[in-house]
Amino acid sequence: MKHCLVVDDSSVIRKVARRILEDMDFSISEAEDGQQALDACRESMPDAILLDWNMPVMDGLEFLHKLREEEGGEKPLVVFCTTENDVSHIAKAVRAGANEYIMKPFDRDIIEAKFQEVGLI
Amino acid sequence: MTPSEYGFLKQFLKSRSGLVLSDEKQYLVESRLVPVTRRTGHKNLSALIADLGPRGSEDLKNTVVEAMTTNESFFFRDKTPFDHFRNTMLPNLLEGRRSQKRIRIWCAAASTGQEPYSLGMCLQEDRHKTAGFRFEILGTDISTEVLEKARTGVYSQFEVQRGLPIQMLLKYFTQQGELWQVSPELRAMVQWRKLNLLENFSHLGTYDIIYCRNVLIYFDQDTKRDVLQRLAKQIPEDGYLVLGAAETVVGLSDAFEPVPQHRGLYRPRKQGAAASPRLGSAFPTLKAMNS
Repeated sequence: MKHCLVVDDSSVIRKVARRILEDMDFSISEAEDGQQALDACRESMPDAILLDWNMPVMDGLEFLHKLREEEGGEKPLVVFCTTENDVSHIAKAVRAGANEYIMKPFDRDIIEAKFQEVGLI
Repeated sequence: MTPSEYGFLKQFLKSRSGLVLSDEKQYLVESRLVPVTRRTGHKNLSALIADLGPRGSEDLKNTVVEAMTTNESFFFRDKTPFDHFRNTMLPNLLEGRRSQKRIRIWCAAASTGQEPYSLGMCLQEDRHKTAGFRFEILGTDISTEVLEKARTGVYSQFEVQRGLPIQMLLKYFTQQGELWQVSPELRAMVQWRKLNLLENFSHLGTYDIIYCRNVLIYFDQDTKRDVLQRLAKQIPEDGYLVLGAAETVVGLSDAFEPVPQHRGLYRPRKQGAAASPRLGSAFPTLKAMNS
């Protein structure tokens, strides 16, 4: 079973994403900000990370930069999932090493399509 | 809507667009046509259907046909037909058309345009291999409304997130608020034309590749046979036909044969090659045993 880390400061979003991803046969863990996510990754690298942008303590972009510098940090497939939906944000995320990008609001079809796109399913 | 009104409507749609409705599809008719009655000012479905007779207006008839066609589409739908394009069809045709340097592609049920634009993106991605070649992509559909959308190339945030890799969104689209528009270069690659597949299309000329996906499924057997037979005349011997994931030529046409290991991909059967024993024989079993 593949493991996905869901990183979002909204518990509602985490719950919705968890439900969709569990249906897709992923095991899920959650983090509320970039720092928590980085700690979780240092313990064990997930296969996939669904990543919000705007969060307290450490935002998604800073987390991604740090993740990619970690040992083994190039491995997880990172899918941004954010309300930041303008070209400059998307381009910045892709340059920082994001594999895909979801513009909120999202639904099951979009998560499935994007996870398929990066070869997770 | 009475049974006889429903019967009339079924006949009307079959003859106009090939759409075959089974008896239990009344709910579909209601969900698609009640909104039309509001636009046209008919007081109910019965009144609308009454206006589809011989003296009814062509505009109204087109509106009803368009409302009943299914236009779901997304970029790189089903993925494999586009892998076949880049890995098989395109390399073979680049070789086979070395002297003409022209490749023509027809998307025969293009709907809101995602399929032709996806092919255009494939060509852009492979442009280092296609230097000197000219490509024509034609998108046709029975519905004026969806063609209008296809032509403008404007899609919602939801539509650009199903099947379209984010890198391609950045490369080939420009953002307009919540909407995304296909770039002018990509739009210039595709021509659009209204076309009903039930009508004669021989005037279009030949196409090296025809995508005809997810439209035959709405037709009855005779109509499928007829359309496939006429499509075969538009494809040169080394050309290709692409059907939808749930569609096949098997049992319908011996003008095509499947390309092995390529689901949904067909090519014209070479003249003189043995046709499927299932076709054109009154004694299929006997013939199969003898062959």
